[in-house]
Amino acid sequence: MENLILQALSGLASASSLFLVASGLTVIFGVSRIVNFAHGSFYMLGAYLAWTFVTNLPRGHLGFWGGVLGAALAVGVIGMAVEMLLLRRIYRAPELFQLLATFGVVLIVQDLALLIWGPQDLLGPRAPGLRGSTEVLGLRFPLYELFLIGVGPVVLGLLWLLFYRTRWGTLVRAATQDREMVGALGVNQRMLFTSVFFLGSLLAGLGGALQLPRESVNLHMDLSIIAEAFVVVVVGGLGSLSGAALAALLIGELHAFGILIFPKITLVLVFLVMAVVLVIRPHGLLGRPQEAARGTGMAEPVIRAAPPALKWLGLAALIAAILLPPFAGDYALTVLTDMAVFILFAASLHFIMGPGGMASFGHAAYFGLGAYGAALAVKWLAAPMGLGLALAPLAAGLGGLVFGWFCVRLSGVYSAMLTLAFAQITWSIAFQWVELTGGDNGILGVWPAPWAAGKLTYYYLTLALCLGATLILRRIIHAPFGYALRAQRDSPLRAEAIGMDGFRIRWAGFALAACMAGIAGGLFAYAKGSVFPTYLDIPRSVDALLMVLLGGVQTLSGPIAGAIAFTGLQEQLSRMTDLWRLVLGIVIVLLVLFFPQGLAGAARSAWEARDARPNA
Amino acid sequence: MPAPTLEVENLQKSFGGVRAVQGVSFALAPGEMLALIGPNGAGKSTCFNMLNGQLRPDAGRVRLQGRDITGLKPRRVWRLGVGRTFQITATFGSMTVLENVQMALLSHHRRLGGLWRPVARLDAAEAMALLDRLGMADQAGRPCGILAYGDLKRVELAVALANDPKLLLMDEPTAGMAPQERVALMALAAGIARERGIAVLFTEHDMDVVFAHADRILVLDRGRLIASGPPAEVRADPRVREVYLGSGLAHGIG
Amino acid sequence: MTGLMIGRRQLMAGVGTLALAAPWIARAQSNVIRIGEINSYTAQPAFLLPYRNAWILAQEQVNAAGGIDGRKIETIFRDDGGRPEDAVRIAGELLNAEKVALLAGGFLSNVGLALADFARQNKRLYVASEPLTDTLVWSHGNRYTFRLRASTYMQSAMLVEEAAKLPARRWATVAPNYEYGQSAVRSFKELLKKARPDVEFVAEQFPALGRIDAGATVQALAAANPEAIFNVTFAADLTNFVRQGSTRGLFERRKVVSLLTGEPEYLEPLGDEAPEGWIVTGYPWDQINTPEHTAFREAYRQRWNAHPYLGSVVGYSTVQAIAAMLKKAGKVETEAMVDAMSGLQFQSPFGQVEFRAIDHQSTMGAYVGRTVLKDGKGTMADWRYADGRNYMPPDDVVRQLRPQA
Repeated sequence: MENLILQALSGLASASSLFLVASGLTVIFGVSRIVNFAHGSFYMLGAYLAWTFVTNLPRGHLGFWGGVLGAALAVGVIGMAVEMLLLRRIYRAPELFQLLATFGVVLIVQDLALLIWGPQDLLGPRAPGLRGSTEVLGLRFPLYELFLIGVGPVVLGLLWLLFYRTRWGTLVRAATQDREMVGALGVNQRMLFTSVFFLGSLLAGLGGALQLPRESVNLHMDLSIIAEAFVVVVVGGLGSLSGAALAALLIGELHAFGILIFPKITLVLVFLVMAVVLVIRPHGLLGRPQEAARGTGMAEPVIRAAPPALKWLGLAALIAAILLPPFAGDYALTVLTDMAVFILFAASLHFIMGPGGMASFGHAAYFGLGAYGAALAVKWLAAPMGLGLALAPLAAGLGGLVFGWFCVRLSGVYSAMLTLAFAQITWSIAFQWVELTGGDNGILGVWPAPWAAGKLTYYYLTLALCLGATLILRRIIHAPFGYALRAQRDSPLRAEAIGMDGFRIRWAGFALAACMAGIAGGLFAYAKGSVFPTYLDIPRSVDALLMVLLGGVQTLSGPIAGAIAFTGLQEQLSRMTDLWRLVLGIVIVLLVLFFPQGLAGAARSAWEARDARPNA
Repeated sequence: MPAPTLEVENLQKSFGGVRAVQGVSFALAPGEMLALIGPNGAGKSTCFNMLNGQLRPDAGRVRLQGRDITGLKPRRVWRLGVGRTFQITATFGSMTVLENVQMALLSHHRRLGGLWRPVARLDAAEAMALLDRLGMADQAGRPCGILAYGDLKRVELAVALANDPKLLLMDEPTAGMAPQERVALMALAAGIARERGIAVLFTEHDMDVVFAHADRILVLDRGRLIASGPPAEVRADPRVREVYLGSGLAHGIG
Repeated sequence: MTGLMIGRRQLMAGVGTLALAAPWIARAQSNVIRIGEINSYTAQPAFLLPYRNAWILAQEQVNAAGGIDGRKIETIFRDDGGRPEDAVRIAGELLNAEKVALLAGGFLSNVGLALADFARQNKRLYVASEPLTDTLVWSHGNRYTFRLRASTYMQSAMLVEEAAKLPARRWATVAPNYEYGQSAVRSFKELLKKARPDVEFVAEQFPALGRIDAGATVQALAAANPEAIFNVTFAADLTNFVRQGSTRGLFERRKVVSLLTGEPEYLEPLGDEAPEGWIVTGYPWDQINTPEHTAFREAYRQRWNAHPYLGSVVGYSTVQAIAAMLKKAGKVETEAMVDAMSGLQFQSPFGQVEFRAIDHQSTMGAYVGRTVLKDGKGTMADWRYADGRNYMPPDDVVRQLRPQA
């Protein structure tokens, strides 16, 4: 019994730390609707800065607590700077586009932290006065953990006072509910956003700084916290502080007790919780239905047949893609094969994100299901390549049907996060079911059939299948089904009123996109000769998102341009410099600033502007 | 008298204890223009939304040509031959005017699952004919996202007519339009309704429009029908005058 | 603005390391032998930057001593970002575009396995330096793959030898939830049960790698009241585990047997909170005074102005092994190099090491000892060198484990 109570206290301490990070994220999201990937980086910066301050300031209470608060403030200022220099310029960009910018910040911070603080983990001092432990029911419990248990509610209380007892707080709450209204009231929206970013980043920094006495400061802190922080925010209900607190409590305690029964549950617990909560409560525990997040109220552009110039360009590229490779080296063929695969992967995500209007943070699940479908057939059925490649879209499509049935009922970020939950659950099965999938060591020996083993042959096979599938998707977008997808995105009300079943349309679209991602995954498996859980992990889903956003959601050639640009950049940069993340991050930030509609979107705007001039 | 297109019996709806609509019954004949009026908050939109399935009534029946359609989803109701326009226009902003109409036609012909043939070649002539009838043919290629509000209302009307409806529901069809546009649009709608034998139910704030085009008028106040009959009769009804005087709208009736 | 608080020297050292190691130092000359080195530099910099420093040092030494029959060696370093599929792509790039003679490197087990399978498929030599998974030389072993570092099995076996001497009968385990942690626990349990049939395992915890919820994990272990604990967590997880465990008294009156904890990579960050009395495998760099190690340590200090980490030993030894192999093979041709690797003897900072012909595993061992605190820092005491050749399964078992060509 005493042990169980201590377990509960341990859960409370984790919940408290989790809440600190999540509260900042939810405040930022509530007001700005920005999916801020950089929040984890701010958390990590908080920890590093606190380490620097605390180890350089005189020992004692003042040095320690001063250092922690100083770090939190510094991170708040950094967050503010990011908002003013970067995000402020792209609020009018299409939904989720800001995510791309924040991801650029993540990359930059990762390398800067490595450069500044070095590769080794850093251990900060323990908190003065809270080094030891106290007796709870005859068992020892760390004082600092007790302190943390107190910090959560105190911060929640202070935030409550701030939001309910000040004019600024009232404005923030109003903005959380209705952005346009605040603009209409003549409130200085810029100041509001900037100050919210300051507060949110400060909370992230505080969360990181307060970890100093608990854990070593290391370069993995950013990504290890960000997914969990998002889960807490979404489970609680986007923008809801008390929801975040409740969700942090739920996850902290479930975790503390879960490991007593299933020690291996740690891998997937938070995502299981999120999946269950979202299926039962589509807006999280305490969330309210969001008003359409397209804050700018701008209509999506019309899809027209490609202008002749684009057609010629595409044809030229295609001819080059067919005629030049025989003269290219084996490595160039590998890169081209990868590019073809990622073009289809990105195009399949674009299909549901663009025309479908459904964001997915877990598209890698279907890529991975395709790869695993093929690899498992090879491993357990000794299936020939043809069968493996046929099973890939089947496995992925089946996954898409099952997961999609739940995901497409939800809207906006909730839906996207549910796709992430399913992707992580799939990932954890691939990771944990060692007997079937080989766990993280993966499945080896998935090499192409002898006739396709040559790099050139395999490239042509990949090119044919991937471009074929991409063109089919393009064709579908111009066909009634693609129009139906856009129809339910543009106006669910009107779509329903003319006999369309939005749910079934989205569901079918989701499954179709999953199938296509599966083809890409299957081809990728044979190209690499092996399959690993990394095929369906979060970074791969993020890659797909980045490609689509980089290219431009609103154009059909966007995903193609994005996939080529992203894979090309990453490949070139990682060969050129160790600091490729820094450079890639800067490039992404610049692209975001200069091409807020994505590469293809920018090209189209330029094209249209040129066309319009003679008439004007 | 021909069999009624629409029969509404004792419709009820409450929102958290507030009775938005109570005991509303009426019938509508083919080709008839019926106006539903009343001050703000009288329950017009609630009533409307129960007819096409947007809202589920707490009690009462809705029959379309004798068939019970109570509580069916809007898309099912539409398939049975009910078109509607919205108070705040709802069109597909990323599509052209023509494509908006094509979508309704494709849905009507159950061809939305098509994965291969481009929309551009499907039902275009029929859609053009509809737009032509509504005087929107020259706008066919423009995106709905950039259309003027009055034109959007016409597009909505075209869309609502695409499935050859037996019943047309128009929620404030002329709201936000210039006065002359209003009259023109309603004349157009009335003309089409009469020539095709479509029963039309519409709500409207503009009393000029109502009295110019309605064959019959229903007056709703605080969820109840307080009057119904031909325009002249309703105009003379003291209860109606009271309601509208109370809400300062009497000049429209005067 | 964040750089203001940082020592300038530290910053310069960081920049210097990265700049020096940048790939463009290695550009083609016909009389050089090129090695393609793939590792997770951005994902695991703590281990791999010292690794690469030592690699560069060894390469400079080999070349200063006249190279391989007059030909210099040079290395092209590539980052796989921790993704096996990227490692495979880069392997192709190194072979086809950079024309390297052989592949080396790998930190994560799955990267190692992917590269090994790539080597088998393409019939090119791959010298795996670090990946620990047993399957690399056993169930997935192949003609073209050789591994330097003592495997999970070997290191577990080294610790079992010590664990079996303890009176403890009730054991608990804690390991990161991935292949390395799972195999280490499995091997440890099997071997300890064999050595001490009377032991029982009363609890096991598998926190997610890099995301340990240390308080709850420690409490869960304490609740099972074991007499001894086998720990496999490392890096940040280890730090968190140790802090929570110490404060909550988990380690009092309990023996802890711990993999890798004696490596400076993981012991140093613990500072004066390093646990005392744990039985660990590791690397007491400051106390090994054999001539070959002293020479290595001093050369490393001169070149990089820092002490070596275990990663440094691994990087340095890999180059030594490759150089020895090239001398033995006499030509840069894959089959000849593979034949030369098999049974190759070479000198490492840890002494004479052999790449066994039977399974391509090197006999490089590890140091086993006790952790102690000295001058506010953790270090090892009572250590001994456990030679890898003594911690292998019998040959007939190995033959069964490894597909025989």
